[in-house]
Amino acid sequence: MLSQIARRLLTALPTLIGVIIVTFLLTRVLPGDTAAYFAGPAATPQAIEEVKKKLGLDRSLPVQFVSYVEALAKGDLGASLSTGQTVVKDIRTRLPASAELTLAGLVLGIVVAVPLGILAAVRQGSWIDHLCRVVATAGVSLPVFFSGLLLVYLFYYRLGWAPPPMGRLDVFSTAPNSITGFYLIDSLIARDFETFRAAFAQLILPAVTLGMFALAPIARMTRASMLAALSSEFVRTAKASGLSTRAVIVTYAFRNAMLPVVTTLGMVFSFLLGANVLVEKVFAWPGIGSYAVDALIKSDFAPVQGFVLTMAILYVMLNLLIDILYGVIDPRVRIEA
Amino acid sequence: MSALETEAEPTATSSGFMRSATATLQHARYTFAENPVSGIAFALFVVLLICAVIGPAIVPYSPLASDTAAALKPPSLQHWFGTDQLGRDMFSRVVVATRLDMAIAVFSVALVFAMGGVAGIAAGFFGGWIDQVVGRTADTIMAFPLFVLAMGIVAALGNTVTNIVIATAIINFPLYARIARAEANIRRDSGFVQAARLTGNSEMRIVLTQILPNIMPIMVVQMSLTMGYAILNAAGLSFIGLGVKPPTPEWGIMVAEGAGFIVSGDWWIAFFPGAALMLAVFCFNLLGDGLRDIVDPQRRT
Repeated sequence: MLSQIARRLLTALPTLIGVIIVTFLLTRVLPGDTAAYFAGPAATPQAIEEVKKKLGLDRSLPVQFVSYVEALAKGDLGASLSTGQTVVKDIRTRLPASAELTLAGLVLGIVVAVPLGILAAVRQGSWIDHLCRVVATAGVSLPVFFSGLLLVYLFYYRLGWAPPPMGRLDVFSTAPNSITGFYLIDSLIARDFETFRAAFAQLILPAVTLGMFALAPIARMTRASMLAALSSEFVRTAKASGLSTRAVIVTYAFRNAMLPVVTTLGMVFSFLLGANVLVEKVFAWPGIGSYAVDALIKSDFAPVQGFVLTMAILYVMLNLLIDILYGVIDPRVRIEA
Repeated sequence: MSALETEAEPTATSSGFMRSATATLQHARYTFAENPVSGIAFALFVVLLICAVIGPAIVPYSPLASDTAAALKPPSLQHWFGTDQLGRDMFSRVVVATRLDMAIAVFSVALVFAMGGVAGIAAGFFGGWIDQVVGRTADTIMAFPLFVLAMGIVAALGNTVTNIVIATAIINFPLYARIARAEANIRRDSGFVQAARLTGNSEMRIVLTQILPNIMPIMVVQMSLTMGYAILNAAGLSFIGLGVKPPTPEWGIMVAEGAGFIVSGDWWIAFFPGAALMLAVFCFNLLGDGLRDIVDPQRRT
């Protein structure tokens, strides 16, 4: 198992190299004056010249690439012009907010989608099957920024159940001591239930928005793979052996049906990390997505580049995790590898 | 697959082609009759098409004309979708925006169809180093969360509508390249290709006359399936302030403009462009599913 994980880590290496090359190319080779980007919109020609020297943009591309990788290895992604901080520091302080939101959305999506997909497959043709199909088609058609705004209108303006869509905590609460960076967990550790309630209230709408988005592909895949598993021979044999319906569905069909669903999670993450940017903008969530959007509008390029790289590395890691999970669920993968 | 082979592969004789075309039409009519949802999607598509083509000519107001006396009015008989903070008629803006949103999606899908098709066919048919290069390129693009990559591309290339088209095309590249590669690869040594080769056709001619016509149906289905995603992606980019500049009417940026008014209860500014966007994406997703059922019945879900 360990050696398999190690081997899988090695295969991620070329992908990582590719990611770094692309992020490098995005800043250096494409049209548009990089130095002008880095110097900011209000820079004088002399300032641009200086930035060019400082960034080493007057040297050849391979040399630039080497120094870029060297800086990366030291954890240097440049500095943000608008916040005045280094990009690494900015991203580190904002990443937990994004992670908490994305994970909450994913968990919500899975908790609703997997039972829905199973029920739709077990009772094929029933109303729940139709519901599953409608949800799956509507979910992929719904722009997250639009569904988020609809939720805000309904639950904040109309019903008054949700707090205003303004970040992770209302103005009356103070952030809990940072241990994990997740407000929900940190406030529980500090036994500060008032803050927990406030953080939860702020989180629920953006998390539901993301969850609705993640739900569609997971439900669709769960339904399809459960249908395939239920019509397979081992399920027929299990049924013929007189096992209870519950045992057949949960132990035999479900475990086998989970494999394609776990694979789909990779795609779901790709969508979620992108959708996260839009949801953060709608709910003024202080994560790395809104950080990148703010920087983009101000033509502050170092944060954008750092953001793209961070997201790509995160995504590669997540895919790695999914592959390892795959081996845990399916013993055959372990033997073949 | 069987339907595809029987209807598309004998391209040699014209009478065979006619016969298969009629069969396809019959099958299409059958599919639409069986699945009324596809019919609704088709009707929606026609409405979108009308709005895109003659929209600016039929709207009651100019999409840019502001009238501060009538600012922030809820939907009424004069202004079906209400007015925004500058008193511009939302109905006119939503209808006029159709053309730009459709154009971005159509051009990006056409671009990726060309790029992914050429690269994928070359990779699948010739193999070797071309296959390696195309495969690695696709893998590297797939290593990014796609919307994030699109943001990065637009930021690097410059903040214009053209670059939104290019970015949307690039993030869809792996999908098209892989499908074209797989389809070209399984036909590379099939009987009709070998027959064409034996009769002295050059490889280039085989690609153009044998491979391309046969993988066309699947690629076209893919185009209609990705249209919805392309619209969604482009609108997402303009929602965060990339590409389209105000006061240009475009659904994504109009939702962004209306977002600030949601919390004070003026829902219509963001609602109608968002609903138009959603309907357009919904329409293309359903249409794509319907088209796939016609071309490739085995992949039905």
